[in-house]
Amino acid sequence: MKILVTVKRVIDYNVKVRVKPDHSDVDLANVKMAMNPFCEIAVEEAVRLKEAGLATEILAVSVGPKACQEQIRTALALGADRGIHIETEDFPESLEVARLLAKVVEAERPELIITGKQSIDSDNNQTGQMLAALLDLPQGTFASALKLADGRVEVTREIDGGLQTLSLSLPAVVTTDLRLNEPRYASLPNIMKAKKKPLEVRTPAELGVQPRAHTRLLKVEAPAERKGGIKVASIDELVEKLKNEAKVI
Amino acid sequence: MAILIIAEHDDRTLKSATLNAVTAAAQIGAELHLLVAGRDCRAAAGQAARIPGLAKVLLADDASLAQQLAEKVSPLVVELAKDYSHIVAPATTSGKNLLPRVAALLGVAQLSEVIGVESTDTFRRPIYAGNAIATVQSLDSVKVLTVRGSAFEPAPAEGGGTPIESIHFAGDAGDSARFVGEQVAVSERPELSSARIVVSGGRGLGSGESFALLERLADKLGAAVGASRAAVDAGFVPNDRQVGQTGKIVAPDLYIAVGISGAIQHLAGMKESKVIVAINKDEEAPIFQVADYGLVADLFEAIPELERKL
Amino acid sequence: MPVGILGGLRRGSANPPYDYDNNKVFEEDRAMRESMEFDVVIVGAGPAGLSAACRLMQLAAEQERALEVCVVEKGSEVGAHILSGAVIEPRALDELFPDWKERGAPLNTPVSEDRLYLLKSAGQAIRLPDPLVPKTLHNQGNYVASLGNLVRWLGEQAEQLGVQIFPGFAAAEVLYREDGSVKGVATGDMGVAADGSRKDSFEPGIELHAKYTLFAEGCRGHLGQQLRRRFELERNADPQHYGLGIKELWDIDSARHQPGLVIHGSGWPLQGDASGGFFLYHAENNQVVVGLIVDLNYVNPWLSPFDEFQRMKHHPVLKHYLEGGKRVSYGARAIAKGGFNALPEMVFPGGLLIGCEAGTLNFAKIKGTHTAMKSGMLAAETVFEALVDGDEGGRALEAFDERFRASWLYEELYRSRNFGPALHRFGALGGGAFNFLEQSLFSGQLPITLRDRDEDHARLRPAADFSSIAYPKPDGLLSFDKLSSVFLSNTNHAENQPCHLVLKDAEVPVASNLPCYAEPAQRYCPAGVYEVSGDEREGWRFQVNAQNCLHCKTCDIKDPAQNIVWTTPEGGGGPNYPNM
Repeated sequence: MKILVTVKRVIDYNVKVRVKPDHSDVDLANVKMAMNPFCEIAVEEAVRLKEAGLATEILAVSVGPKACQEQIRTALALGADRGIHIETEDFPESLEVARLLAKVVEAERPELIITGKQSIDSDNNQTGQMLAALLDLPQGTFASALKLADGRVEVTREIDGGLQTLSLSLPAVVTTDLRLNEPRYASLPNIMKAKKKPLEVRTPAELGVQPRAHTRLLKVEAPAERKGGIKVASIDELVEKLKNEAKVI
Repeated sequence: MAILIIAEHDDRTLKSATLNAVTAAAQIGAELHLLVAGRDCRAAAGQAARIPGLAKVLLADDASLAQQLAEKVSPLVVELAKDYSHIVAPATTSGKNLLPRVAALLGVAQLSEVIGVESTDTFRRPIYAGNAIATVQSLDSVKVLTVRGSAFEPAPAEGGGTPIESIHFAGDAGDSARFVGEQVAVSERPELSSARIVVSGGRGLGSGESFALLERLADKLGAAVGASRAAVDAGFVPNDRQVGQTGKIVAPDLYIAVGISGAIQHLAGMKESKVIVAINKDEEAPIFQVADYGLVADLFEAIPELERKL
Repeated sequence: MPVGILGGLRRGSANPPYDYDNNKVFEEDRAMRESMEFDVVIVGAGPAGLSAACRLMQLAAEQERALEVCVVEKGSEVGAHILSGAVIEPRALDELFPDWKERGAPLNTPVSEDRLYLLKSAGQAIRLPDPLVPKTLHNQGNYVASLGNLVRWLGEQAEQLGVQIFPGFAAAEVLYREDGSVKGVATGDMGVAADGSRKDSFEPGIELHAKYTLFAEGCRGHLGQQLRRRFELERNADPQHYGLGIKELWDIDSARHQPGLVIHGSGWPLQGDASGGFFLYHAENNQVVVGLIVDLNYVNPWLSPFDEFQRMKHHPVLKHYLEGGKRVSYGARAIAKGGFNALPEMVFPGGLLIGCEAGTLNFAKIKGTHTAMKSGMLAAETVFEALVDGDEGGRALEAFDERFRASWLYEELYRSRNFGPALHRFGALGGGAFNFLEQSLFSGQLPITLRDRDEDHARLRPAADFSSIAYPKPDGLLSFDKLSSVFLSNTNHAENQPCHLVLKDAEVPVASNLPCYAEPAQRYCPAGVYEVSGDEREGWRFQVNAQNCLHCKTCDIKDPAQNIVWTTPEGGGGPNYPNM
């Protein structure tokens, strides 16, 4: 079975993002970038399936500028077999990424597609679902467990207030939640080996997709700073305020 | 054109997230239609009809819509979409599961977790885990949005008398996606990241044993128990309790910070909470700068008293 | 979970006592480790390490020889841990990449003006007229730049030349051959829990073997310290002297921004025996960097370099620029400023110490980048020559000394040898006068050498000899508290890993440092790593918040009991400095 995983290059989760003084966007100049944490989980899950003998090949795909190849190399170091980089000038919007990925899926015919549930930059939580829609495939979003059996995949989903289990026919799209697994570290020898694994670069034009804009970013601001409230003198006053003013208990 | 709101429900009851979505949709400003799609979901539709301000409740009741799987609901919404300028759903796990699928089938973008309505086509939404707020203009003909409940007051649940219009929908009975089971969280305490109320302790508690005080309070409130990094580092509680920049980010309705000084790393993890209460004996503690209600007191006296008086 | 009397004790009991001279590795672990062979392994992707790497590959290309060079870097990426002023003298860069401008090296802001101030008090200052400024502090031809970004660029050059760079891997251990020579390094294990057990993600370290290993960890390198002891590299040197540099990056009002303006000064707020100096450089994009270097030979344990820096920014000379601006980043790093007199033997069997790891910074110029780079280039040339001659590695490359002595680096460091000791001996004013005379009139050629033999940590006097210092509260506009500062360094360490700040004796902080010195770690640490909590009644607890650590190494240097050993945390941990 072939698995396709998607990896996105994003700001490192340790780095505090800063809004540019002109509010045009956030400032990413010379900021540490990394693989989106949910994508790492996707790669890890695919590697575990391969190690369990359930998958034969893992294909890692990234969409974006040339530097995204670093993240594909990381995926290769973690255990993916080959990479496809769809090179674009900027990061296209989710729907366009899904359209590009759909073309790759049509050509590569993977039986399982694993994506992160969202990227920690745009926080969209869309690409997996959109990809499934475009390909008319079933989707298992926010997965916290995944089981392959009888030609189907059983996905345990983290939903509000509990867990839901779905059985999906293959091929299917699964998006990862935080608790699906704890990703491994790339070892140094594997990083070396990854440099020699195949990485193919494609353009949107080759795939027959012309990414377009669906939205316009007008402004980016820092969130309003929280202001201090009042001091209460006693527990009685606190309870009264919480009940009658804030109405939270 | 009208706005279509997707109701959050479990067939029997309408979920409160729907009410926040109604408010958001009302701010966009057009006729509001609410879709209740499911199987045997007339009861939920009946509750929806009592929300004031709606022009229409659409009821799609079909066996294929059981459990409201995105694969099955999305064709219905797409079919309806031609009559609408906006499609709005709460940014819950079901809304976030469904709407991207709808948007992709319509060939339009989807805006996630909207927290502000600027105009009919311009919205505010958090990016970078809430560390920046983007104002985004949609260029698509149909605007598909999920809205964050905590950013919009709930609409009244009662007082309306909206007509319910049944729509005929015979969905695909295929089993590419099949519901297997559901497990409702039954843990005694809610999970930290999804709890409505969080009680968190810091180094002011002085020991792991003192966390029992917080646990009793949490039980009374149905709250989860969190901790600051200082408390975790001091070994009072395990690190899966940690709230803050490197731990969990929480945004409950009520966050009670007990004996927490308010290091910025901690604030980063809880400042999106709706109401913050701080109890600390040091009146200079930075936590008071973000607390809606601050109480300068010895926590060992204040917490038992609070527990009694709730 | 029961709570120990000491936070440190809890950690101490989980980890066996740290044997800092003999790296303790279980045989079982050794057996699990893979090894990789290189011609040269370089520890640390800073200016020295990367210059050495680039030079090696340039020579190999010139002579059409295959060469395997690897650089390990504990930061999450090249440049992540780099912090410097910086005004950069391009001399070494000109030699390494004569076409650096075409290659896009990020030196974009030539120094346009130099100013030197003596801050007399919180409100007063005198600006030294140009003729009185020591020649070494003139910066024509130099650039205001981010060393982090220069190093990122150097990393790209090195990779293009074929160097293997591995960021996110900390060299945790020196490996030796049977004959005692250095055989390479081992990277740290990943995925070890705080109690020493292995997590699911456990990944054992790798042995990197090399004919020669270059140690370029920067000031007070953790492996360098072990090498200094093992090979007695300091036997002919004065003790090293250190400063703690704390730096912030600010966006300021464009009307107050003057690209290339370089301001240095000393005096207030440091008082008494405490010395140091500040800098404020105008970089590109309406940004300035501001910082304070506090000499770590201060005697008053109540002194807090962080708080000195915060209040210093309120001085009119600095406030003028910062007011209305917004702080963007924060960081701190110790610097080795002992210069020529404190230089250890840089050569030992199987390797060399280079850059600030050895202590090549020229304190008279307050610059270490060009000297670090040059030392790396000289080491590269020496090693390459040996390898060309068929050297199989492991020798002490004495040829380095000749190369070094014949270089401008040696001459420059020799000329500046008295600069620091003069300041230590004669104070800011007298020392300043001496330095002016020596550097400007005699170009460092006076036949006298001043010595400074007291180690910095031994200089602390009991807390009872002083009254504690009441620092003003930060105003949130110009001055800030420690934790909101650390927040801007983007530092983090994966949770649930062994504490990388090792107490040789967990009792020392509370049992002796606290009563005698009021545990100075609380104040000298610029990241709030060390805290003492509790009270007389319940007892005191020493808390190590290792996740905050900025890898500045001050604790390793200044602890009066020399009880804190800075070791490498899991690779990738530590600050993520952008543009610093």
